[in-house]
Amino acid sequence: MERRITLPIDEAQARELRVGDILYLTGKIFTARDEAHLTMLEAKEEGKTLPFDPGAMALFHCGPVVRQAGDSWEVIAAGPTTSVRMEIFEDKFLEAFAPRIVIGKGGMGDRTQAGLEKVGSVYTHYTGGAGALAAERIEQVDDVYWLDELGMPEAAWIFAVKDFGPLLVTMDSAGGNLYKDLEPKIAENMKAIAARIEG
Amino acid sequence: MKSETVKSAVVDALRIASTILPEDVVNALKAARERETSDLGAAQLDAILQNVGIAREGSIPMCQDTGLQTFFIEAGAKSPFLGEIRDWIEAAVVDATAAIPLRPNTVDPFTGANPGNNTGRFMPFINWEIVEGDEVRITVLPKGGGSENMSTVKMLPPGVGLKGIKKAVVEHIVSCQGKPCPPTVIGVGIGGGADIALKLGKKAILRKIGSRHPNPDVAAYEGELLELVNMSGVGPMGVGGETTCLAVHVEYASRHPASLPLGILVQCWADRRSQVLVKADGTAEVIS
Repeated sequence: MERRITLPIDEAQARELRVGDILYLTGKIFTARDEAHLTMLEAKEEGKTLPFDPGAMALFHCGPVVRQAGDSWEVIAAGPTTSVRMEIFEDKFLEAFAPRIVIGKGGMGDRTQAGLEKVGSVYTHYTGGAGALAAERIEQVDDVYWLDELGMPEAAWIFAVKDFGPLLVTMDSAGGNLYKDLEPKIAENMKAIAARIEG
Repeated sequence: MKSETVKSAVVDALRIASTILPEDVVNALKAARERETSDLGAAQLDAILQNVGIAREGSIPMCQDTGLQTFFIEAGAKSPFLGEIRDWIEAAVVDATAAIPLRPNTVDPFTGANPGNNTGRFMPFINWEIVEGDEVRITVLPKGGGSENMSTVKMLPPGVGLKGIKKAVVEHIVSCQGKPCPPTVIGVGIGGGADIALKLGKKAILRKIGSRHPNPDVAAYEGELLELVNMSGVGPMGVGGETTCLAVHVEYASRHPASLPLGILVQCWADRRSQVLVKADGTAEVIS
């Protein structure tokens, strides 16, 4: 079902979201790739306070192209990056910061699935490469953190977005997983493919 | 100044490649959309086509990963500019990074430093081939990281033969699921050695979608491979559907009797490319 969501949302609202739902978000999202994940987790371990509240925003696996225009920033292109690179620490990240909606592409693994179920969050798939479409829905850049240390793609960018989507929920907090649902069908297709190759 | 002429043509080519998806790719995506029976897969193709339109109209990069700027040069042995082209291309990449803009994507593996202009050790990378004549044909391939991460080489036992290659290609593409941003274009390089098979695969993705290998047996093999991968049901972005790949292009070299190298090069739906022709009189124009 299609849902228009205004962020932030709480755990109960996030737990209502199901695989197959298509979301359009309005509110704040922050970008974090490998390096921003590590930086934020380190800050948490050291007991430091983060300069923004990740729990009130959606987490976007994205390394955008951004251009400075005077005092402000202009987003040129901002599609999702491959999420599975973050698999090694996403469960810890979810537990530490509880972003309720994760946006990326390609899906994630069992550790993240367990993290989503425990914390009460969903993973959503955004069309890979749709960087221009995404930029169109970003109203402004509110802030950027760790830009000097991490560089443009790896920094944490805070975007104010309107109707950001379509985001397809592919992993939910009730154990739903679109990729796992597809596996038996693909396995069956692979048998037909093997038979044809041998044929 | 000849250097300015060539440089600005290469900047134009980089802009065209980043912002305008070649017509053959757009047509293949539209055909895939018409064929698509999965609602989720169709929604992915709709978003891709919408995105391609926004990028073209606004002259903005269609994907935030504007890639590693990779060049293939067919250099006429009698061109007077062979000694200078490298410098001109590097200058063009620096200018294009600021002007288009492109994401700074070159990172030193030892220090982590990013110079911010898409240059670095061996970058931009140029593949040289010396050909007859006095013209230089420069093809730019801005290659995204997500799809490149799915490229691989397999050293197969020769006994598995052409059937074994089919099996290995399909299994690999299916194992990639949605990660390389399908529907993809696959370059399959067979023979040579490990490095040569990969290079042949990368050259194969430069071909237009809809083209076939000149050798009819290889052309038929390409068609069979495409049908097989699309039987998998992985679909657009791995959410399930009819089209996992837009095209499979094969290139081959003779092999060692003991080796059957198989290079699998994966290109995302954003199969971006453009070409510049530099003539012996120093004029340069974007030709595709």
